Amino acid sequence: MKTQPELISSLYDYTDTDPNLKDPETAHLVINGNTVIGMHAVTGLNIKVKELDDGVELLVTLDDGTIVKKPVHLCFGMLPETGIQRIIMNVNIGTNAQISLLAHCVFPNAVDVQHLMDATIHIADGARYSYFEKHVHSSKGGLKVYPKAVVHVGKNAHFKTEFELIKGRVGLIDIEYETSCDDGGVVDMMARISGRADDIIKIKEIGHLNGERSKGALTSKIAVRDNARAEVYNKLTASGAYARGHVDCKEILQDNGVATAIPIVEVHHPKAHITHEAAIGSVDNKQLETLMSRGLSEDDAVEMIINGLLAR
Amino acid sequence: MGILTVKDLTLKFNGKSILNRLNVDFWDGHVHAVIGPNGAGKSTLASTLVGLSGYRDFEGDIEFEGKSIRDLGVDERAKRGITLGWQEPARFEGLPILDFLRASAKNKSREHIEALLNKVGLDPVNYLYRAVDKTLSGGERKKVELASIVAMEPKVALLDEPDSGIDIESIYRIFDAVKVLKSLGTTVILITHSLAVLDQAEHAFLMCHGQVVDKGEVKKIRRYFEDKCIPCDHKNIPVQQIIGGQA
Ligand SMILES: Nc1ncnc2c1ncn2[C@@H]1O[C@H](COP(=O)(O)OP(=O)(O)OP(=O)(O)O)[C@@H](O)[C@H]1O
Ligand SMILES: [Mg+2]
Repeated sequence: MKTQPELISSLYDYTDTDPNLKDPETAHLVINGNTVIGMHAVTGLNIKVKELDDGVELLVTLDDGTIVKKPVHLCFGMLPETGIQRIIMNVNIGTNAQISLLAHCVFPNAVDVQHLMDATIHIADGARYSYFEKHVHSSKGGLKVYPKAVVHVGKNAHFKTEFELIKGRVGLIDIEYETSCDDGGVVDMMARISGRADDIIKIKEIGHLNGERSKGALTSKIAVRDNARAEVYNKLTASGAYARGHVDCKEILQDNGVATAIPIVEVHHPKAHITHEAAIGSVDNKQLETLMSRGLSEDDAVEMIINGLLAR
Repeated sequence: MGILTVKDLTLKFNGKSILNRLNVDFWDGHVHAVIGPNGAGKSTLASTLVGLSGYRDFEGDIEFEGKSIRDLGVDERAKRGITLGWQEPARFEGLPILDFLRASAKNKSREHIEALLNKVGLDPVNYLYRAVDKTLSGGERKKVELASIVAMEPKVALLDEPDSGIDIESIYRIFDAVKVLKSLGTTVILITHSLAVLDQAEHAFLMCHGQVVDKGEVKKIRRYFEDKCIPCDHKNIPVQQIIGGQA
């Protein structure tokens, strides 16, 4: 049996995070399977954890006006090859409070693992919440990941989320995020995912710009190689006056991959304005030949171009 | 003997000969210039020599170090040491300049990459981690392209209008880079519309309508600029059109 610090460090070893996060004084929460193995909170940030049979239920509250300067580190992971991890997360960000979370989801050995995330997030007026979720998967492809979130963004509040799955095999990912924005609220959602072999990528992101002068951006950058498949459904609706939004989906396709993009824009107010663009195609030939003319093989050139596209 | 020899090269697009039984011999280790009017086929020749897709179906032959390279793809030719600096270089989303230069560099050390950037007049502090994307200005992108070619230390470097978009001060950086290439033993082929760039060469070619119509010392070829071209019966193209002067 590994001790808790050993477990933490073996999970952390799979992340490429800045060493500051290992500083025990950084606010953090580390969960292996259904067990909390490390936790440190800061003033104004309250984290309540209930361990479930197959996961944990979290209640995260940030008091009004609290500004947490350093990013808070969350690490959800499972070292075993099989199992289920369910995370239920209720987040309440108080008025004018600010926090940014960096979550690592680490499944380095997964052969048959399910990771389910169900989040309900309430961002009060004037608050800022940013959530960066970075997945590190095994190379075996035996993972099924179901991240779901329902987010409410208050007046002049700001919600930014970024999902990254570039290392290891995707397996199956099925993202479903729905957000709604009040007056002056901002939602910014980005997903960067790279699929290979028979990986399946499904993204469903919906943003409702209900408030006046609310803003939204839904961005997806996807690469599918081998026999991987991707389906990206992005919907942005605007009913507030002067609401502004943009949907952007870029999918790079190689080999026998299949990619679908369904951007939907729906405008209910004559003074709102939403745009969209979707591009699906293989790697640009001029980029490819430029790198090849510098001595890279075609495969290495493709790799480099895709890595660039998916980079932060 | 040339390092790169083109024999009776004909390349057609839609039945029209863009390169028309073209013959040229680039001497090993020399700096050459290729000049000629817009549409003469200079970039097409460069694309054909490096073997870009779409430029592989031609008549005649291209020999590199005495052997035909007509069946080699762009990466195989690059591995043998032939490369091209594009007239309008590609842009790459999210690819840092450092990684782009390392991809071609023989010496991948950071110090070396920084020195290369300095050489072309880009301060590494500001540029090393910037992406080779559309946020770079045209001139900046050309400088990065040149740095990437110097990094590769190729045997043959075709530089298609290396000065286009480059400001007056930086032009000397471009010349320096050409000197570095020369000192590495690289055969440099400068495609240009500029007298200043032409003057960097030791030997020059004039191209017109898909053919090399004159060659020789720079002094001689320079006259096509100075004297508004010598009389040319070539395809009945007005002299003014060839040199871009007034009728
Ligand atoms: N892919 C193509 N399909 C059809 N015509 C082409 C193609 N590429 C080039 N051409 C034509 O071939 C001719 C030569 O073009 P090229 O780009 O080689 O000229 P250039 O000498 O480099 O001119 P510039 O000085 O303007 O760069 C031009 O008339 C051009 O329109
Ligand atoms: Mg040209």
